[in-house]
Amino acid sequence: MHWYMLTLVGKDQPGIVAQVSRALYEGGSNLGETSMVRLGDSFTIMMMVHYGQSGADLAALLRPVTDNLGLAVHLDPIPGVLHSGVPPEVCITVYGADRAGIVAQVTGALAQAGLNITDLSSTVAGSAAQPLYVMQIEGQASQGLAALEQAIAQATRDGIEVHLQSLDTLIG
Amino acid sequence: MAILPILTYPDPRLKQIAVPVSQFDAALAGLLADLEETMEAGPGGVGIAAPQVGHFCRIIVVDVSAKPKVENHGRLRLVNPEILQWEGLAVGREGCMSVPDYTGNVVRAERITVRAQDGTGQAVELTTSGYEARAIQHELDHLDGLLFLDRLVSRHNDLFRRKVYQGRKPAAAC
Repeated sequence: MHWYMLTLVGKDQPGIVAQVSRALYEGGSNLGETSMVRLGDSFTIMMMVHYGQSGADLAALLRPVTDNLGLAVHLDPIPGVLHSGVPPEVCITVYGADRAGIVAQVTGALAQAGLNITDLSSTVAGSAAQPLYVMQIEGQASQGLAALEQAIAQATRDGIEVHLQSLDTLIG
Repeated sequence: MAILPILTYPDPRLKQIAVPVSQFDAALAGLLADLEETMEAGPGGVGIAAPQVGHFCRIIVVDVSAKPKVENHGRLRLVNPEILQWEGLAVGREGCMSVPDYTGNVVRAERITVRAQDGTGQAVELTTSGYEARAIQHELDHLDGLLFLDRLVSRHNDLFRRKVYQGRKPAAAC
């Protein structure tokens, strides 16, 4: 068995997840961790797929469904590692009037301050006339919280609203 | 004293409802000591419930005193605990020794008043809030066969409002 990272992108419509996962299941593969999310009017899928044959065989197995749904397919062999999740230590929310460079500026400062991002989602909210950029980041603070707080203070001086919250995960 | 093996989901026994304790004897004292030692052995564990080690009686141990800047009552050994009152709601991230490699957001009461007995059968009552209140509620759930997985809420719906207080007064006029 081999692990593959399967990427699928296409115009959103009902039933994509059901049809793709059914084809994979009936073809003898098994799913690991996945991320499936609507971005704009596209639906995007990234999934770890455990499968006994070649990547070409996997793509062929999916072709009836991906052709039918108009999905672009990308497939990479990967070293599949499960049960290696790292619990996030911080949640950082960012928002501001949309302009080019917010993500680069904020994540650049946070990376320098030791942030290792484990999960990030962002969207353009507001209206076409007054777009608002909203971003939610989770990650690990490899240099501690104080370093991140300093980076955030600088971003805030530059006019972006950034809020950090320590995620003290309760293990019971 | 012994470190007991932790049951992990999908062990069906974790879904069992635990029975009240009626004998406050040496066996109970021994189980409490084992629970404490098992909790301390778990990485970062701040609480444990008897069903997690295969004893289906209503006993929990909670100790959040190692966490910096957290209101706490020290080591709590609570037998037959019940929540008398609660107020406020807050979202927080939880994991569980019985559910390795997963954490998720759970809504809990922000402030609770708990009545229980100690290891000798003496009645105890305490009011607590925040992290310690969350830990007690997490462990109390184990006594009723509930895991934090049964209470998961979206990882993304709590943006800007991790704390939701009930009964927040609206502005007087607008």
